[in-house]
Amino acid sequence: MRTAVLVFPGSNCDVDCYKAIEQTLGTPVEYVWHQETSLDGFDLILVPGGFSYGDYLRCGAIARFAPVMDAVKVAVERGAFVLGVCNGFQILLESGLLPGAMRKNTSLKFICQPQMLRVARNDLAFTAEYAVGEEINVPIAHGEGNYYCDEATLEELKANNQIVFTYAGTNPNGSVADIAGITNKQGNVVGMMPHPERAVSELLGSDGGKRMFTSVLNAWRERNGAVIG
Amino acid sequence: MAQSSVKSNAAKEPTAAQIAEQKIYRQMGVTEAEYELICGFLGRNPNYVEIGVFSVMWSEHCSYKNSKPVLRKFPVTGPRVLMGPGEGAGIVDIGDNQAVVFKIESHNHPSAIEPFQGAATGVGGIIRDIFSMGSRPIALMNSLRFGRLESERVKYLFEHVVSGIAGYGNCIGIPTVGGEVVFDEAYEGNPLVNAMCIGLINHDQIQRGVAKGVGNPVYYVGPATGRDGIHGATFASEELTAESEAKRPAVQVGDPFMEKLCLEACLELIASGNLVGIQDMGAAGLTCSSAEMAAKAGNGIELYLDEVPQRETGMTPYEMMLSESQERMLFVCTPEQEEAATAIFDRWGIICKKVGKVTDDGRLRLFHKGEQVADMPVQELTEACPTYNKPSKVPAYYEANASVDTTRYEEPADLQAVLEKLLDVPSIASKEWVYNQYDYMVRTGTVIGPGSDAAVVHVPGTRKALATSTDCNGRYVYLDPEMGGRIAVAEAARNVVCSGAEPLAITDNLNFGSPDKPEIFWQLTTSVDGMAEACRVLETPVIGGNVSLYNENTKGAIYPTPVIGMVGLIHDLDHITSQGFKAEGDAIFLIGETNVEFGGSEYQASIFNVVEGRPPVIDLAVEKTMQNALLGSIQAGLVQSAHDLSEGGLGVALAESCISGKRGASVSIESTLRADAVLYSESQSRVLVSTTQANAAAFAEAIGKAGVPIAQIGTVTGETLNVSINGASKIAAQVSKLQQIWKDAIPCRMA
Repeated sequence: MRTAVLVFPGSNCDVDCYKAIEQTLGTPVEYVWHQETSLDGFDLILVPGGFSYGDYLRCGAIARFAPVMDAVKVAVERGAFVLGVCNGFQILLESGLLPGAMRKNTSLKFICQPQMLRVARNDLAFTAEYAVGEEINVPIAHGEGNYYCDEATLEELKANNQIVFTYAGTNPNGSVADIAGITNKQGNVVGMMPHPERAVSELLGSDGGKRMFTSVLNAWRERNGAVIG
Repeated sequence: MAQSSVKSNAAKEPTAAQIAEQKIYRQMGVTEAEYELICGFLGRNPNYVEIGVFSVMWSEHCSYKNSKPVLRKFPVTGPRVLMGPGEGAGIVDIGDNQAVVFKIESHNHPSAIEPFQGAATGVGGIIRDIFSMGSRPIALMNSLRFGRLESERVKYLFEHVVSGIAGYGNCIGIPTVGGEVVFDEAYEGNPLVNAMCIGLINHDQIQRGVAKGVGNPVYYVGPATGRDGIHGATFASEELTAESEAKRPAVQVGDPFMEKLCLEACLELIASGNLVGIQDMGAAGLTCSSAEMAAKAGNGIELYLDEVPQRETGMTPYEMMLSESQERMLFVCTPEQEEAATAIFDRWGIICKKVGKVTDDGRLRLFHKGEQVADMPVQELTEACPTYNKPSKVPAYYEANASVDTTRYEEPADLQAVLEKLLDVPSIASKEWVYNQYDYMVRTGTVIGPGSDAAVVHVPGTRKALATSTDCNGRYVYLDPEMGGRIAVAEAARNVVCSGAEPLAITDNLNFGSPDKPEIFWQLTTSVDGMAEACRVLETPVIGGNVSLYNENTKGAIYPTPVIGMVGLIHDLDHITSQGFKAEGDAIFLIGETNVEFGGSEYQASIFNVVEGRPPVIDLAVEKTMQNALLGSIQAGLVQSAHDLSEGGLGVALAESCISGKRGASVSIESTLRADAVLYSESQSRVLVSTTQANAAAFAEAIGKAGVPIAQIGTVTGETLNVSINGASKIAAQVSKLQQIWKDAIPCRMA
């Protein structure tokens, strides 16, 4: 499995995503600059957190116009796995790859803290190794993670089973239906505010996010008929 | 005196003659004697640009003219020190060709006027100091002081300083891993905002800000220059007054996104090797960076100011030279390196413009619209500022405090109520409200984040980690500068030892009032004596720092606050230790000796509403022995948790270890001292430790063998903190209840 970590001006979790793949999977991983126009040959695309383009105008609003985002759309069409975390999630929303929008946290403050999530479904490439209803510790760090969508979209998300993670306990940012992460209808694109790449080792306080990476590797192996080791 | 051969083309600016006649240099903080010196160096009267450049270069902020004689007292060398004070930041070897780079810097005056931008640009400035050395910044720390968290103004300053720090650090993607926040009326109207940055570097990547190679081009990198921050360095070198608000334009505006790009591009440039020297444009912007780079190489620099990217039209040379617009760097490369160097900045979309060249005449010469507008000798700009040995006088309050009996307070009947009150004191209470606004995890190296004695950050690719702590008890330093100075260094070292680290070195931020007052100068020089002695005994040299004087408000000077930023090396990840109790049944020990020492304590201030007498006494030899013994035991794997005893003494330390560990404790102490002293005295060189029962005997033996007093005082158990002294129960509190008080203190006041 080849992984691309996108790099926009102002991305700052790109290094963490790279490290997470390198250390938890040991599979090939490369940084891909925002001006690249092709993601051919990549099986997993990570859209990292940070402050792309300084979050000017609106989080993710400028990044969606980067040439590499057209390549992401092509990759999604061919079934590549795409994970957008934090600012990456915001970029996927702005790009229209996932429905909804982000608002400021209800506290109006940036929040960084360990966060318990509830896994809503485990039939996805990214969540197969979790149990439905399992609670995992995956930290958050954002100022605008208050996910919003209108009633009709929420009904559709529910009907299509597109909600992947919800916040367990107190909702930290006021998101609709306690949503922490969602997927597209095909299930190959996931966007989430919490940072699984920060939760891959007990040394960092939690390894609750590690199985997202091992799950997707196994899904790729199954898809490619490889022997699962 | 010869007439000026150098013209200024800004029509409205005063002429050299007018500057002399009307003594305009006085408004820029230049004294009569300094002005005469400058005239002597130039052989004529300086014009407006030149006097402006001299005034900032000779300000306290850039020249350390009032503090240099004092700073010479610090030990600045050691077997691990690769670079001491003088460059952007100091560097300490951590083995395997790696080194740690760190420095602390103040942004007090700007933050008092415009707290968000003042704090944000303080963070931005210190980050530039670190990456301009060629180092990758990996962590941010800070040390903040505000007035009492009661008035709307203090709440405003606190809220916006915190969001300014968060806004900058979060966006640039460097974790803010810890720090300290203290509230005391001494800082009313003059908050302290000290930011520290820590970076990693390989020995062979260390950069120096030198303009070597006559004829080499000088490049300007970063956003265009505007009229912001003009005379910021001068502003920082005077007292805050009612008129300071009018100097708001002297506060710069930060853009962390731009600095992120600048950081990545500069590190890429350095890695590529396509440069000769690089320096950030901090205080006094283009002036200071160009003069210092030239001076360090023994060369001169010519700048063509029409080439300087400008944000506004009609900017004069004076404005360009004195602007403190943020996120700008200056670098020198060879003509052969130009193409490769500029390509890097192009890729990152950053302005990179040739603005000058290195010359052999030792002059800083400025050209604008075809004319030479300034011509000054660089060595005199950077080195010739007179230094002042200010008069020093022992203050009356210090003499009077000698006879104050700090044991005269009547012991309160309810010592649990005292604990609850102390946990509610904002300086002691949980700072979660603060640090949850900081991204303290980005870069996935934070092993221990904010809220323990020291923060711990992993050194990627190794089994090593760095521990860091910022500390200063301003009350102690006020009551006895020498003792307080010693304690500041010792506590910082103790904090990193408690996390499992060997203390390496310190950076210091000397925040004081006006040195023109003999009593304040005495505080400065005496506290430095204490700090220097502690640095020698604890083998933690000073590798750099910052001086912030003139911290005064309408009521007088702040408490003398020499903040220590300590960095320690954890040799193996297995040694990392935190303050929370770890497991039911663990043995609890108190190491060190307790005396009745209430002077300057939180107990004295919060319960008896006075700050008087002498602070606790520290014996540095005892401290060093204790730290060595404790670190040895931690490294031997004998320790479960360790927590330094500081403000609030044993009582608060026990509560914090319970709260952090989400566990109770049963403690029983036999003592000849009064019970409030057992719980709330702030005697030094003490640590609260827990071990497994299996290791308890070995630990007690290891500490005892070193000659350090040790007592097993209880066990970790249940969900209640129970403390009895000489058989009488003094505290019996649910940990959850203590936690609630401690956690709610700041949010409730900010709500």
